[in-house]
Amino acid sequence: MSGVRVLVGTRKGAFVLTSDGKREKWDVSGPHFAGWEMYHLKGSPADPNRLYASQSTGWFGQLMQRSNDGGKTWEPVGNKFAYDGVPGTHQWYDGTPHPWEFKRVWHLEPSLTDPDTVYAGVEDAALFRSTDAGATWQELSGLRGHGSGPHWQPGAGGMCLHTILLDPSDPARIFIAISAAGAFRSVDAGVTWQPINRGLRSQQIPDQDAEVGHCVHRIAMHRSRPSVLFMQKHWDVMRSDNGGDSWQEVSGNLPTDFGFVIDVHAHEPETIFVVPIKSDSEHFPPEGKLRVFRSRTGGNEWEPLAKGLPQSNCYVNVLRDAMAVDSLDECGVYFGTTGGQVYASADAGDSWAPIVRDLPAVLSVEVQTLQ
Amino acid sequence: MIRVELPAHLRTLAHVTREVQLDVEGPATQRSVLDALEARYPMLQGTIREYGSGRRRPFVRFFANSEDLSHESPDAPLPEEVASGKEPLLIVGAIAGG
Repeated sequence: MSGVRVLVGTRKGAFVLTSDGKREKWDVSGPHFAGWEMYHLKGSPADPNRLYASQSTGWFGQLMQRSNDGGKTWEPVGNKFAYDGVPGTHQWYDGTPHPWEFKRVWHLEPSLTDPDTVYAGVEDAALFRSTDAGATWQELSGLRGHGSGPHWQPGAGGMCLHTILLDPSDPARIFIAISAAGAFRSVDAGVTWQPINRGLRSQQIPDQDAEVGHCVHRIAMHRSRPSVLFMQKHWDVMRSDNGGDSWQEVSGNLPTDFGFVIDVHAHEPETIFVVPIKSDSEHFPPEGKLRVFRSRTGGNEWEPLAKGLPQSNCYVNVLRDAMAVDSLDECGVYFGTTGGQVYASADAGDSWAPIVRDLPAVLSVEVQTLQ
Repeated sequence: MIRVELPAHLRTLAHVTREVQLDVEGPATQRSVLDALEARYPMLQGTIREYGSGRRRPFVRFFANSEDLSHESPDAPLPEEVASGKEPLLIVGAIAGG
């Protein structure tokens, strides 16, 4: 019997939501790690019982947790993230050099094939990898050291590496994104990197053709077409059809093209989802109406999806890691809000219902499809 | 025997419900006590003092015998009351966050 397991990270703990394939009735487990900020939890595609979680607070720093039984029990694993060599400096908000300092793990991306290998995107921006199930972590320092690192600058949320995409067709190809440096690609398993930001336009930087400096919020791909990338930038929804060599805007008829999340339908590579947010200074939906927008044409033409979502007085945000899709026959879509709701759609966005309504602010949502 | 009281989050992490009692070799200092604490409870590494520099994390405080020892040298002797086990070393999460 198929089912789904939704992994929810919040400001004050983690929650595990499970349901059968109908996705109508839900069991809620949690809070796990009560009182801690849970930036991200994610399961291994190679072993769905192997989960990794990022746990942190301003008081006691970063911890990493691993589960071998689908989230029933957890054990702390290695939490030492040491930059390779002399860390050097990046730009601070005022343009002055600022030493690279580890703050937290924003995103975890388990290997597609090996449950013991997992990547971690961290703040200050760097990519780490563990090949021993999280016991130890090594920086893939070619990213920070490729040349533009001293010019990277933090976004308002910090200088975080928040997106890691592994190419299912080529184990050596990895895409990552950093706020506010931009997107980068490696074709040699993370040894060397190049910026892939051509075509991005950002009013916040003086040189529109700058190699780095763009505030990329999220990138998504469909596993069947790993050279087609979709991006929610600070402003603008973008797509690339050549693995990031160039980008075109596909914001089309969106009411606003600011936002954080973007994701792709599990079975339709040209069907994508975003949640438009009013602006960079007003982090809530336009007109107080929470709507997911879906494009079935890979962008440009968008339709609002509002059935079951609040259509008045809604002023929540949906953060960059807080949307995911399942791969059941009828694709399920999930997202969490800073108001503590996790909404689910079992019909690819046509209708929505809350699984839970009153969690702490949701930082991340991931879904595992269980057979 | 040295007594150490952990803040609630770290007690949960270390799976202890009350104060910790440690045997410390040599003079009792912040460093020797924390070394012994982390040896017994490796999951606490990095949570009280930073990796690399070994500095106390900014929102962690050390109190004992009604004194704030947070700014003492990590190698300074702890008060006799702590070294003898009469008083615990309190590791405290600072009030922060509103």
